[in-house]
Amino acid sequence: MSFLKAEAMRGGYGNDDILQGCTVEADKGEIAVIVGPNGAGKSTAMKAVFGMLSLREGRVLLGDTDVTRMKPTERVRHGMSFVPQVRNVFPTLTVEENLEMGGFIREDDIKGTMDEVYALFPILAEKRRQPAGELSGGQRQQVAVGRALMTKPTVLMLDEPTAGVSPIVMDELFDRIIEIARTGIAILMVEQNAKQALEIATHGYVLQHGQNAYTDTGEALLANPEVRRTFLGG
Amino acid sequence: MEGLLNAIVLITNFAVVPGLAYGSQLALGALGVTLTFAVLRFSNFAHGETMSFGAMVAIFVTWGLQAYGVSIDPLPTALLALPAAIIVTVLFVLGTDRLIYRFYRDKRSDQVVFIIVSIGVMFVMAGLIRFIIGPNDQIFTDGARFLISARDFRDMTGLDEGLAIKTTQVITLATAAVCVLLLFWFLQKTRTGKSMRAYADNEDLATLSGIDAGRVVVIAWALSAALATIAGTLYGLDKSYKPFVFQELLLPIFAAAIVGGLGSPIGAIVGGYLIAFAEVFLTYAYKRFLGHILPDSWMPDGLAQLLATEYKFAVAFVILVITLLIRPTGLFNRRST
Amino acid sequence: MTGFKRNVLPFLVFFVLIVLTGTLQSWSLAFSILNLCLVSAVMALGVNIQWGYAGLVNFGVMGFTALGGLAVVLIAADPVAAAWQAGGPGVLLALLVILATVVITLAVRRLIRHAALRMIATAVLVIAGLVTASMVFGPSTEAIEGVNPSLAGYLGGLGLPVLLSWVVGGLFAAGAAFVIGKIALGLRADYLAIATLGVSEIIIAVLMNEDWLARGVKNVVGLPRPVPYEVALREEPWFRSLVDALPLGSVELSSLVVKGAYIGLFVVVLAILLWLAETALRAPWGRMMRAVRDNEAAANAMGKDVKRLHLLVFVLGSAVIGIAGAMMTTLDGQFTPSSYQPLRFTFLIWVMVIVGGSGNNWGSTLGAFIVWFTWVEAEPVGRMVIDHATAWLGDDSSVRNHLLANAAQMRLVVMGAVLLLVLRFSPRGLIPETDRR
Repeated sequence: MSFLKAEAMRGGYGNDDILQGCTVEADKGEIAVIVGPNGAGKSTAMKAVFGMLSLREGRVLLGDTDVTRMKPTERVRHGMSFVPQVRNVFPTLTVEENLEMGGFIREDDIKGTMDEVYALFPILAEKRRQPAGELSGGQRQQVAVGRALMTKPTVLMLDEPTAGVSPIVMDELFDRIIEIARTGIAILMVEQNAKQALEIATHGYVLQHGQNAYTDTGEALLANPEVRRTFLGG
Repeated sequence: MEGLLNAIVLITNFAVVPGLAYGSQLALGALGVTLTFAVLRFSNFAHGETMSFGAMVAIFVTWGLQAYGVSIDPLPTALLALPAAIIVTVLFVLGTDRLIYRFYRDKRSDQVVFIIVSIGVMFVMAGLIRFIIGPNDQIFTDGARFLISARDFRDMTGLDEGLAIKTTQVITLATAAVCVLLLFWFLQKTRTGKSMRAYADNEDLATLSGIDAGRVVVIAWALSAALATIAGTLYGLDKSYKPFVFQELLLPIFAAAIVGGLGSPIGAIVGGYLIAFAEVFLTYAYKRFLGHILPDSWMPDGLAQLLATEYKFAVAFVILVITLLIRPTGLFNRRST
Repeated sequence: MTGFKRNVLPFLVFFVLIVLTGTLQSWSLAFSILNLCLVSAVMALGVNIQWGYAGLVNFGVMGFTALGGLAVVLIAADPVAAAWQAGGPGVLLALLVILATVVITLAVRRLIRHAALRMIATAVLVIAGLVTASMVFGPSTEAIEGVNPSLAGYLGGLGLPVLLSWVVGGLFAAGAAFVIGKIALGLRADYLAIATLGVSEIIIAVLMNEDWLARGVKNVVGLPRPVPYEVALREEPWFRSLVDALPLGSVELSSLVVKGAYIGLFVVVLAILLWLAETALRAPWGRMMRAVRDNEAAANAMGKDVKRLHLLVFVLGSAVIGIAGAMMTTLDGQFTPSSYQPLRFTFLIWVMVIVGGSGNNWGSTLGAFIVWFTWVEAEPVGRMVIDHATAWLGDDSSVRNHLLANAAQMRLVVMGAVLLLVLRFSPRGLIPETDRR
């Protein structure tokens, strides 16, 4: 059984269910990627897993703990961490202060974790005294991911981390995400750039109309002609 | 040469020193407005009354201390009364938050609703203050009046013009400097201060990071009430305490906060001094100043005053309007709104 | 809830209160209260048009009210010929220079494309215009203010019928609102609130300090009335027969008749304005207005010119406030710039609108009636309460005497409390906006 397991999720805003019983999983050290057309409920699924949307049916398990009824902040304490798609840094705070705020709930010394983040993203160490709002788009994404890592999460969730960055920066970010997964963190991410994302994915989930359309390894999904034709544009 | 020195002393005496003191008072008031705006995201129209309330409590405590013969001569007793006044005012303001503002925050009401609610609070506070202390002038300054009197200065330097520095002016500047340093140390160096800035920057992300919104709000109110008390008391010491004056101060204080950039503490300070000096220098009568540096034949006829003193509020307002038209985010706002 | 219970009953309750005041206190007081209730209702209607229809925050009510009051002076007061001779042409010339400056500046701004250059040109032109104007202006006003300063010292008015000034008051306010709206209406709600508050403070500052215009803080008293004077009334034969028929003294009755005449005039004005406002609200224009208020983005997308609509509503609402200001100054018979305080003339009107029901003209009218009644009656009631509450302290207690002396201030507390309670428990007011589709 996977470490993070969100089963048969059903729910949405108001009366209409956007999620119609979809399931996503991610195990430690793995990268699970959710792809699918616009309006398929990718981001909604992500929010549901993190507790920003209450479910009518289904449950979210983190290891042996049922976190379905927990608020997002409680889930953070239980080892989940989330990088929103937009507004994911504190713009007037310096890079270092952003990281510090990321570790706000920790009681112990966060210096070591901060050094690890700087080791992962060396450019941030260089710009530690600069306000995050003054950085380039790609660097800001790095701050956002770094901030999320400060709680030493077991599950890292990324909502379209490469939205609006150049292809070179995207490759760079994906490399970092692979590195993060190798440290034993479970990664769940939603991606618009489906092809590239599935290339690095251990598992891929193709969502459609709030349901799982295809579920397989990233490689297998990329090889599946049906998936290629319908979702990856040939 | 002596003419130039006299001119400099003259303008320092009548414009620079009073401008510095007034600017400090405005800056402290604007800091309070800017802090509540940064965290609670509305312009608090009751802030003038908070200043008035704080000053009123300080006056009562001062009178009590004076009655018991407590004195820190040559400093005014009111300084000793400040901590108690701050505590009372902070508790009162936190009470208004608990009872009134929190409801609308939980409902995530529109900014305009908050403004109208703050009008209600303003009414209640204005009434209470006038009811308790009365609508008239109160003078509560004691201790030494001057640090340097004009005569001493003349004797010392042999110049024609005197430079008088009132104790209250020095205290205003010193207190403002201490407050600003403490505030910036708190915001820049402490974890709580940083969490407050983080919350002001990005409420949702701050909540995700485990920053307690309720706590940040309480701290913002407390800081703003404390600053308001200090500003109100200093203003009362420097001039005199009149309940309705604080209503009039609201406009220059808002102007200062907006010119600097609502939500930016540095902006509030710069804005405060900018407004104060603009008011003082535009309404200063330069006749005597020019008399020292110009030959007699060049002297202008009138007072050489750019604007009648009665219109000093117009200065704040014009600066405000120009800011709103040209750069509505203010001088020191990195955030785009 | 039936329409009657919701809409008519509160008004009936209010009139019972007025009758009670008449019988328990005095009819003269009851009539006075009713008069200011009517004036307040017109002011509240103006604010309601801006806030209730369009969601515009105007915290400059005081300024528009004062402009209406100024109109009464300028229209109805007798002209001061000597003052006109001494400085009239100078002042007119100065005003002309300012007008020319505005026209030239606007024209130049249109011609220059470069933003920075345009700013510099504007600044230079404005400063040059102001300096030129002040060169003629200063000596002229000094001359005017020197003419019989204890009684006149100002240009006086035109000596026209005072009722005309109510229209002119509306026009003054509308003109000011047009200029303010052009500059400030695009701003965020809180900035607009602060800007209008600032403008109103400046209008008052001008009226207090420009003695040549309306005597400043020396006030203009003895303004002509649209109704007969009590003394003249008491000479009339029909009045004498009325005195004989009624159990009232002739002095009291004459005052009641005069106040009654004002009530009649004010009711007519309020009725006309209410009818116009209601008609406008029911017309497609009113529906569009509320659509814009509720969803500005959608209205913009639909191609409505939101800016224009906002300006129109701002001007109309301010004009109504200006009319009310003129009515009030006429009722007082004097113009006293120092009496204008934002708490009383801006924020109290806002309390009326919010309490009554923003977006509903009957609501704001009811709000004005009830809030003004409370404002006046809170003083004696407050004093009575404090009197009873502190009786145990004994008559020599300084605390008791101090509190009694300041009892009048309790009405501010009452107003704030009423506003906060309504906002919390009945945020749509006593008579809420109805959905007219």
